Amino acid sequence: MSSLLEPAVQPVGVRSAAAGRWRRFAAQFVSSKSAVGGLVVLVLCIAAAVFAPWLAPQNPFDLASLDILDAKMPPGSTNFDGTLTYWLGTDGQARDVLSAILYGMRISLFVGVVSVLSAFLIGTAVGLIAAYFGGRIDAFFMRIVDMQLAFPSILVALVLLAMLGKGVDKVIIALIVVQWAYFARAARAAAIVERNKEYVEAARCMSLSWHRILWRHVFPNCIPPLMVIATIDLAHAIALEATLSFLGVGVPVTEPSLGMLISNGFEFLLSGTYWICFFPGIALAIVVVAINLVGDHLRDILNPRNEV
Amino acid sequence: MLATIIRRILQTGVIVLVMSALVFAALYMIGDPVLMMASPEATDLEREAIRRNLGLDRPLWEQYGIFLAKAVQLDFGNSFLTGESAMRLILERMPATLELATLAMFISMVVGVPLGVYAGLRPDSLPARAIMSGSVLGFSLPNFWVGLMLIMLFAVMLGWVPAGGRGPVEQFGPVALSLFNWEGLKNLILPAMTIAVAKCALIIRVTRAATRECLPQDYIRFARAKGLRERRVLGVHLLKNIMIPIVTIGGLEYGQVFAFAVVTETVFSWPGMGKLLIDSIVNLDRPVVVAYLMLTVVFLAMLNLVVDIGYTLLDPRVRLGGAA
Repeated sequence: MSSLLEPAVQPVGVRSAAAGRWRRFAAQFVSSKSAVGGLVVLVLCIAAAVFAPWLAPQNPFDLASLDILDAKMPPGSTNFDGTLTYWLGTDGQARDVLSAILYGMRISLFVGVVSVLSAFLIGTAVGLIAAYFGGRIDAFFMRIVDMQLAFPSILVALVLLAMLGKGVDKVIIALIVVQWAYFARAARAAAIVERNKEYVEAARCMSLSWHRILWRHVFPNCIPPLMVIATIDLAHAIALEATLSFLGVGVPVTEPSLGMLISNGFEFLLSGTYWICFFPGIALAIVVVAINLVGDHLRDILNPRNEV
Repeated sequence: MLATIIRRILQTGVIVLVMSALVFAALYMIGDPVLMMASPEATDLEREAIRRNLGLDRPLWEQYGIFLAKAVQLDFGNSFLTGESAMRLILERMPATLELATLAMFISMVVGVPLGVYAGLRPDSLPARAIMSGSVLGFSLPNFWVGLMLIMLFAVMLGWVPAGGRGPVEQFGPVALSLFNWEGLKNLILPAMTIAVAKCALIIRVTRAATRECLPQDYIRFARAKGLRERRVLGVHLLKNIMIPIVTIGGLEYGQVFAFAVVTETVFSWPGMGKLLIDSIVNLDRPVVVAYLMLTVVFLAMLNLVVDIGYTLLDPRVRLGGAA
C-alpha cells in the first residue's frame, strides 16, 4: 500500500522542482542587460498598442477629426487652434503620425501574435505526432516541411496572398502557412529525444492514450526550444507582414499596419518629407529588434548547442 | 557514390514535379481566368467558347499534362499584358537580378568572413560583442526598411547616389550589365548593400560558430605547436576548414537572394525579375507569375542539389549515404 501512495506525494516535489527551474531561468534571463532591455521595450510597445485608443492624441480612423489643411506638417507643429501638437508631424491625409503609429502597432502586433500562436499549435501538433508515430507518417510530414523550408518564406507568402487577396485575415493565414514548418521541425526534433525516455515508456505501460501521452507528458518537455522559435518567429512575422504590406499585398489601406504606414510615406520620402516614412520605420525597427534581443538570449539559455 | 548522386538527382526531379503540380493547382484552380478575360457583358455561350479556347473544359489531369509538356519546352504562354512570351520577359530581366545578387553576396562574404573569424577568436572582447549585436540588428531589420534608410541617408540627404532605377548598361551579347561602368555601379551599390546587410549578418554568425568549433581541434593546436606563424595557422589551417559551412550557407543564400530581390528591387525600382513578379501579381498577369515560380522552383532545387553534391566532393568526411 505504501508504495502505491508514493506517487501521490510526488507532485509536490515536481512542482517545487518546476518552480526552481523557473527561478533559475529567470535568474539566467536577467543576466543579460540587452535582453532585459529588449523585454522592457517590448512590454512598453505591447502596452502602447493595447491602450492606443486612450494614448493616441487623435483617432486616425475618424475622418471627421482630420483637417486636410494640416497635411504634411513637420514634427512638433500644432494644429490651427493650437489644441493639438503633432509631435511626429502629419502625413499626406493630415493624420497625426504618432497616433497612426500607435494604431499601426496594434495591427502589426495583433497579426504577429495570432499567426505565431496558430503556427505554434499546428506545427507542434504535427511535429509531435510525426515523432511519436515515426515511419510513414513521419516521412510524409517531414518531406512537406523540407520542401517548404527550401523556399524563401517571402516568396511563399507572396504567392499565397496573390491567390487569396488582401486582408488582415488573409495575411494571418499566409503567415501561418509560412511558419508552421519551423515549429513542426523543432517539435519533432525535441520529441524524438523524449520519445525514448523512461517516463514515456511508463506512461505507455499505464496504457494512456497517445494524445494524452503527447499532450501531458511529451509536450511540456519540448517547450524550451519551441519558446525560442516562437519568440524569433514573432519578430519574423511582424517584419514579414510589414514587408508584404509595403509591397501592396498585405493589409488593406483601411487597417494600416506599420508596414502600410511606411509604404504610404515612401512616396513623400524622396521629396524630403521624411517623417511620414521615417517614424513608423523606427517604430517597426524598435519592436523587431526588441523581440530579437529577447529571443537571442533565450536561445543562449535554453539550447546552448544551437549557435547559429 | 555514383548511386547516391543519382538518387539525389531523382529526388530533385520528384520535388520539382510535386512543386509544379502545386503551382499548377494554385494558379489554375483558384479563381477563374475566364471571368477575368471575358467582358462583363459576355453571354454564357461566349464564356464557354473562351473556356474551350483556353483548354479549361478538359479534365484536370489532361490540363496538367499539357501544362507540363509545354513547361518542358519553356513555354508558359504569353503575358496577358504585353502579349510577349512570359519566359522571354523573365529572361530579359534576369541579368539585372543576377548582377545584384552577385555583388550583394560578394560584399557580404568580404565583410562577413573576417568579422566572423575575429568574433570567433576573441568571443568576449568588446569589438566581438559589438559585431554580434550588429548582426542581430542585421537580420532582424526587414529588408525594405534597410533599403529605405539607405535611400534616405545616401540618396536624399547626402545625394551621393541615385535613389532608384538602373543606370547605363553595357551590352555583352544579349546580356546587359551595369557592373562595369561607374554610373551603373552607383545605381547598383545601394540595392546590393541592402541585401548584403542581412546576408552579412548570417555569414558572420556562421563563420563565428565554425571558428569556435575549429579552434580547439587537434590540427590547430598541432600547427601552433609546430611553431607556425599565427597568420598561417588562421589563413590556411583554420580558413580551409571553416570554408565548408560558409560555402554551403553562402551557396544556399545566393539562391535565396533571388527571391529576396523581390523586396529590394521594388524599393529601388530595379528592373529585375523580382520587380517583374510583383508587377505581374498586381496586374494578375498569370502566365508570367507561373513562369517565374516554375523557374524559381527548378533553380532552387538545382542549387540544393549542387550544394549537396559539392559537399560530398569537397569534404571526404561527408558521405551522402550516411547522412541520408
